[in-house]
Amino acid sequence: MSYDWQPLLLTFKLAAVTTLILCLIGIPFAWWLAQTKLRFKPVLEALVSMPLVLPPSVLGFYLLLAFSPTHWFGGWVEHIAGLKLAFSFHGLVLASVLFSFPFLVHPVQSGFQNLAPSLSEAAYTLGKSRWQTFLNVLLPNVKPQLLAGVVLSFAHTIGEFGVVLMIGGNIPGETRVASIAIYDEVEAMNYGAANFYALVLFGVCFSILLAVYLVNKKLVRSEW
Amino acid sequence: MIELDIRKKLLGTLGEFTLDVKLHIEQGEFVTLFGESGAGKTTLLRCLAGLADPDAGYIRVHGATWFERQGFDRQIKLPVQQRRVGYMFQDYALFPNMSVRGNLEFALRKGANRRRVAELIELMALGELQHRKPNSLSGGQQQRVALARALAAEPQLLLLDEPFSALDHATKLRLQDEVLCMQRHYGLTTIMVSHDVSEVYRLSKRVLILEQGNIVRAGSPAEVFGAGQAGGKFSFAGEVLAIEAADVVFAVTLLVGNQIVRVIASADEAQRLKPGDRVMLMSKAFNPVLVGC
Repeated sequence: MSYDWQPLLLTFKLAAVTTLILCLIGIPFAWWLAQTKLRFKPVLEALVSMPLVLPPSVLGFYLLLAFSPTHWFGGWVEHIAGLKLAFSFHGLVLASVLFSFPFLVHPVQSGFQNLAPSLSEAAYTLGKSRWQTFLNVLLPNVKPQLLAGVVLSFAHTIGEFGVVLMIGGNIPGETRVASIAIYDEVEAMNYGAANFYALVLFGVCFSILLAVYLVNKKLVRSEW
Repeated sequence: MIELDIRKKLLGTLGEFTLDVKLHIEQGEFVTLFGESGAGKTTLLRCLAGLADPDAGYIRVHGATWFERQGFDRQIKLPVQQRRVGYMFQDYALFPNMSVRGNLEFALRKGANRRRVAELIELMALGELQHRKPNSLSGGQQQRVALARALAAEPQLLLLDEPFSALDHATKLRLQDEVLCMQRHYGLTTIMVSHDVSEVYRLSKRVLILEQGNIVRAGSPAEVFGAGQAGGKFSFAGEVLAIEAADVVFAVTLLVGNQIVRVIASADEAQRLKPGDRVMLMSKAFNPVLVGC
């Protein structure tokens, strides 16, 4: 019996793209959040953490409304970038970025906060700009937290189900990711195929997490 | 030459107070800021480095204005990066991700001669440690690397924030010599924060005593700490640990510094004391025994 690999490939593609985008915006944001003294910082922190406690269907519902071409946001994106967000891969990526945001930001932010302030001050007195300091001093010293954040957001995107169901639907090759495929196959009493997807996801997620813990152990030790 | 006249509001343990300091330091001088913690010593150092801003006043170094603010209309602030200070932090602030050599190389200014790193490694005997990471070094070794790194950036001004506070006695003495040696080698104007009298004596020609944000005394260490008018009397602060009756007198056990001493007290004196009391132990120095250690 041959299995359809497409949902699995789509899942990993979604997770990879999401993680990449998250790194680009999440790491600078985490740094900014770690050192800002703004009064409304707790508001931002609460907003970032919302996906941890909110049912995926809540976010999914509002995203679905916003993504609609008749809504100003969906219409605007379609007009500017020519992208259709509802029931499309792009929409899934955007939703996953929002939904996995705390999984990257939290560990990285706490990593930055745990660094002694004297580290960046020392770099400044040595004539280094904020950007040089960020790249050469701060970022390399939060490596374990960075790794944890990247892997957690990757793994969390693989495991996302509710949001995808709400805004992606079940279009093969476009939005039919593995978690949806499993649900679908079970509905169709197709336990063999469901088992195949489930087993692969289980194996992959376990391997990733195991690798992280092994590497982190080594990273922490190499600093000493 | 440094001219400085600054004011800054600070929040201490006893409430708000104002750091109000006027200073004049000659090129190549080694000056110590002495005082209890919370007196504003570190803040003064940070203002000089550009890590903190005074509320008002000016800082001029070698004729260039690093900071000036009079009221609201005039303000000059040279960024930390352009001040060229070598700042040694209390926790050394070595970059854990870089080797000892990497720390020094990172400190080099743009276009600086890379030989300076090799020279400093040689001068400060860091050769064997150069490929190690800072976290694997002892406190004394880290301190040496921190000094070398501060010097690698070719500073105009060396600022030391309690550089020896975390070290044992022998290491402390060795490193004090090293700091002095480097300071003379490069002819660096140096300001050190300290609350250790022996350190001040060994290193600096001039000491400024800071209390609640104000300089209350200034001069050579001998003048300031009163060795000039030294009398023939010892006095130590101690704590009463126990009082026991011994025949007609009382034996009082005291903790002085880290030492436990037993002294004789009259019944009168003993009656006024109880364990836990803070006392001054005084003695005439007519029969001292001085032993080298």
